[in-house]
Amino acid sequence: MVISGETRARIESEIAKYPQKRGALLAALHLAQRELGHISLETAREVAGLFDLQPVDVMEVVTFYNMFYDRPQGRHHVYVCTNLPCSLRGARSLLKQLEAHLGVEAGETTPDGRITLGHEECLGACAYAPMMRVDGVYHEDLDLAKAKQILDGLK
Amino acid sequence: MGLKVPYVTGYLTEHFADDAFGTLAGYERRGGYQAARKALREMTPEQVIELVKASGLQGRGGAGFPTGMKWSFMPKDTPKPKYLVCNADESEPGSFKDRILLERGPHQMLEGILIGAWATGASKTFVYVRGEYARPAAELQRAVDEATAKGYLGRNAMGSGFQHDVVVVLGAGAYICGEETGLLESLEGKKGQPRKKPPFPAEYGAFGMPTTVNNVETFSHVPHVVAKGADWFRSLGTEKSPGTTIFGVSGHVVRPGLYELPLGTRLDEIVFEHAGGVPDGRKIKGVIPGGMSMPILPAGQLDVPMANEFLRERKTMLGTGGVMVMDETTCMVRAGCVITWFFRDESCGQCTQCREGTGWLHKIMQRIERGAGSREDLDILLDVAGKMEGQTICAFADAAAWPVQGLLRHFREDFEAHVRERKCPFPSSFEL
Repeated sequence: MVISGETRARIESEIAKYPQKRGALLAALHLAQRELGHISLETAREVAGLFDLQPVDVMEVVTFYNMFYDRPQGRHHVYVCTNLPCSLRGARSLLKQLEAHLGVEAGETTPDGRITLGHEECLGACAYAPMMRVDGVYHEDLDLAKAKQILDGLK
Repeated sequence: MGLKVPYVTGYLTEHFADDAFGTLAGYERRGGYQAARKALREMTPEQVIELVKASGLQGRGGAGFPTGMKWSFMPKDTPKPKYLVCNADESEPGSFKDRILLERGPHQMLEGILIGAWATGASKTFVYVRGEYARPAAELQRAVDEATAKGYLGRNAMGSGFQHDVVVVLGAGAYICGEETGLLESLEGKKGQPRKKPPFPAEYGAFGMPTTVNNVETFSHVPHVVAKGADWFRSLGTEKSPGTTIFGVSGHVVRPGLYELPLGTRLDEIVFEHAGGVPDGRKIKGVIPGGMSMPILPAGQLDVPMANEFLRERKTMLGTGGVMVMDETTCMVRAGCVITWFFRDESCGQCTQCREGTGWLHKIMQRIERGAGSREDLDILLDVAGKMEGQTICAFADAAAWPVQGLLRHFREDFEAHVRERKCPFPSSFEL
């Protein structure tokens, strides 16, 4: 078993909120991923068991949504918003410079497993561009120096 | 990082600078939950629906459907449980108003939900918050817990004998889940692929039960309508589009940010007077008035009141009020590349016209930007866009087609210059 008893208990309490069990599937995947870093096939099998589903039902959900990962990720997730409002204020230049700084391309993880860098669609911070989401936290009104400082602070 | 409050406030955002406004005690100090008390204790559900109809409140999630009418579609005599869904999956590029409404005014929205639940007889509301908004979702959950502990939500809401629970649901990153039936599928733990309509959600919604879906901002207006009345609400905005809305201004302006203003405020007033116009004396080239799905307007057409009855005359719409400003350096083909990339990535893949069409629009747009396009490509763009529009299960394909049509309507010369010069003729435009 890869999912801990504690996470299972939290999944059960999510299930109780919905009129049908499956309603809690996204919540369960968020919880499992928080614990395990990504949703492996083995994790998907266990989640499927909790929901009386087939593993394929779980994997089709995992692969539909951007925020679920079916393979291992870096310890830190760094996503630069590159949608139009952010692009107009230099987000794509910023992302290119961060790619050079880390030596990876968007979508890749640094060889030491420290950071997965990516681009993301509009994050609802359009007036505070460019911006990036680091481990779920928004950093806004960035320039290259500020962004590098944030990345360099990630262990 | 702290969320900035709007530069111009109205009744929705008046107290957003007050940190305590997000707490139950702080909200009640500003008169919060008086409207819900009035609705649940002194008004019948029918009276609430009639009041909201009379106010003319329209949905603020993009489509602008009359809220009171939507509520009236919920079946009255049904043995089934009825649900409300609050669409907090704000993902329209250029829109960031719902985020601040969740973070700074969660009780205002919850009060609107409670009133809506009373009016429609819903026993439960699912608030579907986009996965990236983990912090606003946490703020909202805290507010739900406070309101439940105080007895405003739960078994005997406000002592009225009416039961209502609110469940906060976190999405996982998919633009299509902002489409109401895609949202319902996602809420049921599935891929967010929109449903065929009919049946409409009022008949067959979340978990197969009668459901009404409203946006965060729409619910947030409701307590004000109930507290101050339909005439007051109609005294703001235009005759056909009453009330205020929160415009999000982004792109090439001096003061990007949120502005709560009456509907019908002119676009040039928003861009130049409120947001300070384009920095460094540069000229304006075009403005997307209502989130990225809405067709762009050129500099010469900004003298338009921001309400659908006026924007439609210029072949665009208010959408979500996301105003994106582009200065004279902007290459509109590059803008088209960014726009079509987004829609290609976010198409759910269900309908052929959309799945294939969004890919083709992006490919051709990129070809033109590279300088490898032909004059014929311009016609192909319009042909593909025309064959997507109105041909699919949901409005996503329209949303992908309209901005391309808008760019070619007003900035065809940008496209032709790329073809003629066999390169991008805008060297100082934003980088792709």
